[in-house]
Amino acid sequence: MARRVSDRRRWFFTVLAWLVALLIFFPILWTILTSFKSEADAIASPPKFLFFDWTTENFAEVQARSSYLRHFMNSVIISIGSTLLGLLIAIPSAWSMAFQPGKRTKDLLMWMLSTKMMPAAGVLIPMYLIFRSWGLLDTRLGITIVLMLINLPIIIWMLYTYFREIPSEILEAARMDGASLRNEIVHVLTPMAVPGIASTMLLNVILAWNEAFWTLNLTTSKAAPLTTFIASYSSPEGLFYAKLSAASTMAIAPILILGWFSQKQLVRGLTFGAVK
Amino acid sequence: MATRHQKSLARFMVAPSVLLLLGWMIVPLAMTLWFSFQSYNLLSPGMEQFIGWTNYKYFLSDPAFWTAMQNTLLIVGGVLLITVAGGVVLALLLDQPIMGQGIVRILMIAPFFIMPTVSALVWKNMFMNPVNGLFAWMAKAVGAQPIDFLAQYPLMSIILIVAWQWLPFATLILLTALQSLDSEQMEAAEMDGAGAWAKFTHLVLPHLSRAITVVILIETIFLLSVFAEILVTTNGGPGYQSTNLTYLVFSQALLQFDVGGASAGGIIAVILANIVAIFLMRMIGKTLE
Repeated sequence: MARRVSDRRRWFFTVLAWLVALLIFFPILWTILTSFKSEADAIASPPKFLFFDWTTENFAEVQARSSYLRHFMNSVIISIGSTLLGLLIAIPSAWSMAFQPGKRTKDLLMWMLSTKMMPAAGVLIPMYLIFRSWGLLDTRLGITIVLMLINLPIIIWMLYTYFREIPSEILEAARMDGASLRNEIVHVLTPMAVPGIASTMLLNVILAWNEAFWTLNLTTSKAAPLTTFIASYSSPEGLFYAKLSAASTMAIAPILILGWFSQKQLVRGLTFGAVK
Repeated sequence: MATRHQKSLARFMVAPSVLLLLGWMIVPLAMTLWFSFQSYNLLSPGMEQFIGWTNYKYFLSDPAFWTAMQNTLLIVGGVLLITVAGGVVLALLLDQPIMGQGIVRILMIAPFFIMPTVSALVWKNMFMNPVNGLFAWMAKAVGAQPIDFLAQYPLMSIILIVAWQWLPFATLILLTALQSLDSEQMEAAEMDGAGAWAKFTHLVLPHLSRAITVVILIETIFLLSVFAEILVTTNGGPGYQSTNLTYLVFSQALLQFDVGGASAGGIIAVILANIVAIFLMRMIGKTLE
């Protein structure tokens, strides 16, 4: 009898959870489906869900019209570049704060996070003017630096959280056993730090890939990443649902896949280990 | 254990990030402050002059500012309300024994990875469009008049779009916290005859408080400066109905070229964010002890 009830309960929650999940995912599913339709099928009423003539011509047309590949490369370069640059600066910093904490380390970390609270709108104009006078407007270098700066506090916090969990006893034990500094770094520290660095990297690539305020305001064509490329579809004359969907699908697919792989690390990383 | 040598090495290693963030914070902020006291229009270069508090007076007396201020708080508050409440419900649901939980979770988390420009365009055109949108079709199917969401309820529509993007984040964090709940405690409560509601309010919710704090902190950081969703869907309109502070400063600076006025607005946005920040930092400081 008890088993029966729990079986029924299981079925109920399974169906409910699947319904809710599909409802939340539906806008994305609909976009992907529409990207394979002809324009006529895309606005058909009643809507066509699965039974339409599947076509891939939208993707070819999107690429032909506005060079998806160039924007895609910009996105890749900018998000990976800013993440690597950020890591380069953040690793030593987080490392020393985790292993040589001083009295003010906690305050320092709080201050760093608080720079993230500074509204972008408050500093847009100076950044725009500085960029203009230094010739950095619409360059990959310029936007890479800005994205590095806005994500730096998050990178430091995430790395700090990961590093702090490496027990310092292990280091001391290795030293006792006579490991050289080089061996210590190669065989003890690196294997323990790499997973944390990898998740930090993954998450920051995602954040940088999707960042829109700075990319929209500081790039126009040459250095424009996919966020800007998609925004160009917002003008009324460019309103073709199937093509819009194809462009959207192409913009989100890489990062969606990356995000799915990193969802476990996402929780730990973005909550600074406060939630486990 | 830490020698003086090690200490100075540690300082040396922290220095680059501190200097960069300090520069990133001070230089643009000082410039914004300076511009905010100038009459400075990009269309008339060379005409800059010191005008005291005029920009602030102008900006603060502009009804658009108060609308934008209100909208900023409504967006942050509305999205937080939806995502935290919805996140708790969804986390409780996902915590049940479900078949295919991995896939369900993947489907639910997906909106968080969608870039804001894409989600705004998809919602605007394929769902909320009063002629071709799916919502319009659904309304017609039941014989109702289609609603032009972005024209009639612009702010609410934007809150819905943004909430859709952040609900998965709240759900995922809260689910993780929920899964660390001690099951023995739950069983003990059940033995003592606690009902589902009593268990929820006395055990689950207190356990989740830390995770909820974190969700509020992270989301507020991002929600105070919602931008792309507004730019792509409504351009802040109709009128100023869906303009937030970020968007107002943007339009003042880059659409009207009024650097002085926009800078005053920027400084006000910074002050507002700092008030929120002090409050939040206290909260998170306690949480992370």
